[in-house]
Amino acid sequence: MTTTTYREAVRTALREALTRDSRTFLMGEDVGRYGGTYACSKGLIDEFGPERVRDAPLSESAFVGAGIGAAMAGMRPIVEIMTVNFSLLALDQIVNNAATLRHMSGGQFSVPLVIRMATGAGRQVAAQHSHSLECWYAHIPGIRVLAPGTLEDARGMLWTALQDPDPVVIFEHAALYNMEGELPDTAGPVDIERAAVRRPGRDVTLIAFGANLHKAMEAARLLAAEKIEAEVIDLRSLRPLDDATIMASVRKTRRAVVIDEAWRTGSLAAEVSARVMEQAFYDLDAPVGRVCTEEVPIPYPKHLEDAALPQPEKIVAAVKAQLGARA
Amino acid sequence: MTGTGSPSIPFTRCIGPDGAAVGDLPDFARNPAELVRLYRALVLTRSFDAKAVALQRTGRLGTFASSLGQEAVSVGAAAAMRPEDVFLPSFREQGGQLWRGVTPLELLLYWGGDERGSDFKAAREDFPVCVPVGSHAPHAVGVAMAFKLRREKRVAVCVLGDGATSKGDVAEALNMAGVWKAPSVFVINNNRWAISVPVARQTAAATLAQKAVAAGIPGEQVDGNDVVAVRAVVERALARARAGDGPSLIEALTYRLGDHTTADDASRYRDDAEVSAHWPEEPIARLRHHLATVAGWDKAQEERVLEETAALLERAAEAYLATAPQPAATVFDFTYAALPAELAAQRRQALEGS
Repeated sequence: MTTTTYREAVRTALREALTRDSRTFLMGEDVGRYGGTYACSKGLIDEFGPERVRDAPLSESAFVGAGIGAAMAGMRPIVEIMTVNFSLLALDQIVNNAATLRHMSGGQFSVPLVIRMATGAGRQVAAQHSHSLECWYAHIPGIRVLAPGTLEDARGMLWTALQDPDPVVIFEHAALYNMEGELPDTAGPVDIERAAVRRPGRDVTLIAFGANLHKAMEAARLLAAEKIEAEVIDLRSLRPLDDATIMASVRKTRRAVVIDEAWRTGSLAAEVSARVMEQAFYDLDAPVGRVCTEEVPIPYPKHLEDAALPQPEKIVAAVKAQLGARA
Repeated sequence: MTGTGSPSIPFTRCIGPDGAAVGDLPDFARNPAELVRLYRALVLTRSFDAKAVALQRTGRLGTFASSLGQEAVSVGAAAAMRPEDVFLPSFREQGGQLWRGVTPLELLLYWGGDERGSDFKAAREDFPVCVPVGSHAPHAVGVAMAFKLRREKRVAVCVLGDGATSKGDVAEALNMAGVWKAPSVFVINNNRWAISVPVARQTAAATLAQKAVAAGIPGEQVDGNDVVAVRAVVERALARARAGDGPSLIEALTYRLGDHTTADDASRYRDDAEVSAHWPEEPIARLRHHLATVAGWDKAQEERVLEETAALLERAAEAYLATAPQPAATVFDFTYAALPAELAAQRRQALEGS
């Protein structure tokens, strides 16, 4: 076991990819000498050179599009978009091109592209740099969407994603980069299909992903002190969703609360909730609950930002409301 | 047609509208057989367009974008390329696609809404038609970078329209291609009209080629109705790219003699007199006149080309019309390489429901 950080796990995964596959290269803003805005590629330019760790001009549409072109021409590019907020400038390339070109070429082309980006709020960077738009991407057929919430997944999802012949978008929550933990020395590629039960429980299922997994775990600890045992599911893959794992848990606990840092309306929480209703309605003892971000632009001051975001206390309250429905 | 250029933007023409050579011709153009090859490709393109429009007008093809009057841009660019280069066409470049080995049947399938037509039997690395306008310019940079990273002497050739040059992704792609010296050639098929918007309302720039200046790459204009000139200019750009000297931007000046697509009626916004004035400059008559002068091209040869082309296209149309439509079950086939479980379930449901 080694004590490490989420950031270091991402960097190790990048190094592994660049080492194992000569078709792989990393491109994005400030990924070279600067080492990436979140320092995920620090030092890699020295190991792999500026051709394979390539600084891009401030042109999200162009460098994502170039990733698509390079992937279609036989490479395995990893494109880093600094944050999800700037991915809006590349939406046409991701949604209208990466996701459709297999179809538009009658199957002639695969687009084996991996796009990584930081997501989420909680770091006081205000309304234009704090989005959680994972659900927008999870809406799109033709791409796979991943949200590593643990060190193992930060370390292991990238290589598996690179083996996928279709575009994969990986969301790394910016609040996670400094997260410390133990990683086995044998840690390596992981599956990118299944959700994971991170904590077993019998009274309620908390469904979360990314950084909010840890808020759900904290809520579960608070609930345990009150003898309420929450099961915590980490979605891991946001498209496709692993319905089987979700439903197995909900059928057991008969209650579900979905935690999602996106705005409630049209969120992944809405999608998960609809699926539980469709597939496990008669097993439920209470309507599915949702803990999402308040539907406001994310505030800058810490106390206001905290108030706007999902918090363990809000999750606890949502669970208690569910249990109240039992009485 | 004359270049609208500024002193820093060169303009190239080899054969004038009357068919007369302008100065020394490039080597390939002194070989009559090579000129005939180009001529046949222009005729094939125009005949294909006419066939496709006829099929659309009789309800047997989807919306189609004819390249009437612009055939030399696409054919000239493709003729300059090597087989191992990659062609990234917009939606009016069937001339280049045909030259590169895409078949008339595949094109008809594509324009008939059958994506199997974009799974080319030849030209396996050429891109499918880009309809979203200019979004393939970044792809061209990516293809070029793949070649560069692999140390392959290959070039990505992207053809886009005048309207596309106003788009951010095109500006970004040109800039990035310049920074990275991506082995690529961007050919602007400037037919003067982006649906109903003339190029004067697209940009205040005197030329589209000068957009290269801002990207730090060579930019030039060429007579887009002169297939010899287009081929010569693109060949030079390809040679620069292959030598490691990076991308080029070429503005081919032509004119859209037809509607934007079969869904358009240009008479609603464009004066017929303007169109008529451009007919004497069209590319096929000028090469025919030139061939008559230098190679004694005569009526019998002309008729034989037309007959052979018509027969080829008739066979393609028959094969197209005889192609069984894709069964509903195929609708999910090209969403992912392997269908995720939930889509497999949707597929089963869709099939049971139908």
